[in-house]
Amino acid sequence: MQHSTAVKATPAPRAAAPVSATPAAASAAPAAAPATVVALATPGRRAAAAAAGSLRRGLSNLATSVLPPLFTLAVLVAVWEVVCSAPGSSLPAPSAVLVNSWDLIVDPFFDNGGIDKGLFWHLLASLQRVAVGYAIAAVAGVALGVLVGQSVWAMRGLDPIFQVLRTVPPLAWLPLSLAAFRDGQPSAIFVIFITAVWPIIINTAVGVRNIPDDYRNVARVLRLNAVEYVYTIMIPSAAPYIFTGLRIGIGLSWLAIVAAEMLIGGVGIGFFIWDAWNSSLISDIILALIYVGVVGFLLDRVVATVARIVTRGTANT
Amino acid sequence: MTKSYLSIEQVDKSFARTGSTTEVLRKVSLGVEKGEFISIIGHSGCGKSTLLNIVAGLTDATSGAVLLDGGLVDSPGPDRAVVFQNHSLLPWLTVYENVRLAVNKVFGRSRSAAERHEWTLRNLELVQMTHALDKRPSEISGGMKQRVGIARALAMEPKVLLLDEPFGALDALTRAHLQDQVMQIHATLGNTVLMITHDVDEAVLLSDRIVMMTNGPAARIGEICEVRLPRPRRRVELVSDPTYLRCRSAVLKFLYDRHRLVEAA
Repeated sequence: MQHSTAVKATPAPRAAAPVSATPAAASAAPAAAPATVVALATPGRRAAAAAAGSLRRGLSNLATSVLPPLFTLAVLVAVWEVVCSAPGSSLPAPSAVLVNSWDLIVDPFFDNGGIDKGLFWHLLASLQRVAVGYAIAAVAGVALGVLVGQSVWAMRGLDPIFQVLRTVPPLAWLPLSLAAFRDGQPSAIFVIFITAVWPIIINTAVGVRNIPDDYRNVARVLRLNAVEYVYTIMIPSAAPYIFTGLRIGIGLSWLAIVAAEMLIGGVGIGFFIWDAWNSSLISDIILALIYVGVVGFLLDRVVATVARIVTRGTANT
Repeated sequence: MTKSYLSIEQVDKSFARTGSTTEVLRKVSLGVEKGEFISIIGHSGCGKSTLLNIVAGLTDATSGAVLLDGGLVDSPGPDRAVVFQNHSLLPWLTVYENVRLAVNKVFGRSRSAAERHEWTLRNLELVQMTHALDKRPSEISGGMKQRVGIARALAMEPKVLLLDEPFGALDALTRAHLQDQVMQIHATLGNTVLMITHDVDEAVLLSDRIVMMTNGPAARIGEICEVRLPRPRRRVELVSDPTYLRCRSAVLKFLYDRHRLVEAA
């Protein structure tokens, strides 16, 4: 267990976030240098130069973080346009997607009843399922992780079973959960739960096992009781690990919900894609994929941001 | 014979690992009087930290017992507050909160919230850390962290204060400054202190008695040197003091002539 999880756990949530900021900061330095030279030469212009410098720094930050991906995107779209504009192409070019799916693009909020709704409603339905399943997984995962991390016997008893169960692909659970719940909604939620819960359990357990002996000794000298120990020592100390698990979990949830919804039907982005395929609306599929990607990215950012706020001050000690 | 305030009696400690048993301490006995400042010095690996942990109750003795103020020590507790080698402040709490946690735990029932706040501040004042109440441990220097660690331990009003190489990780100047502060606090509060160290000057400067331990395995107390120097002591004046020099050379001779560290360890 430790081998597989140590790899996941090492990049604490904190470490992931600054990566995107680093190139911007590095390239801002040369931009700032000329401003300082000007200020030294003529003290009277110092304020103006500083203001100009900070403005330039802001713009260059923006430019270095936004322009490269925009450029890549433009190239990709151009290639796609060229490749798919050939006669007899099986996939639509970007321009064709714009034309074919224009109604969906301009109005994500329409609702004609049934499953004939705008993409916003489909995404909302999917997000609700993910929210419920993920919330249960977070609570259960942290609780079980604490148990496995704290008790040697719980680990001996549970860990091998977890290691087997976590390799079962999410969708393999779906028929079983449909049989158990006899309804699509709870089945989809269960699939989200079972997908997200393993990395949360495993990372929490590693975090709890890695609580430094020093902190345990402090707790013993102070005679903290079990509840105090959990709240003042265990959870804060394991928080970076727990959030690593939570972040992997939210990503897996979003992966699983699309597949699960394809099978259970109803409102939801997964079934929307499947329905579009059945109706040969390839442009709609492409549009939906863009939405799925953006929402998945945002979910990850949200968890990463929460992690950064919550674990402030603990990562670098 | 009357019992000492803190009494370590015939303490043996051995660690059993698969198949083999390592004897760390053999028949260690030591009596510490109330208000005494005792240093335990020895080469690394001689089991001095193990001895401290046994007194703290963090480690169980294989045989023998530790008595404090007439009571048997069998578990850790705030009456034997420990200042750990690497400060052991909780990094997610501020300086104030780290000390307050201890204060709340020890005086949660006997004192009001206002009194506990007062007491937390008073102890941070003792180590001159009131300027950094809202800082987190990662935002202050190593010496400051150790001072907060000392404040946390003092705030528990321990019967005996256990210092586990408290200044080992600090630079020489910071260490000297902290030693002076600890002497000051000891003079003011009259604590009973048991300190682990491997620094000869530190031991002579601070202690009433220096307990020298032989090399492990099966370490025991080799010699005890009484430091008959009047307090308050000033490090600059002591440099040429004959008593200071005699104690210093006694400890050095013990450590480097008779019980040189065998490199195989």
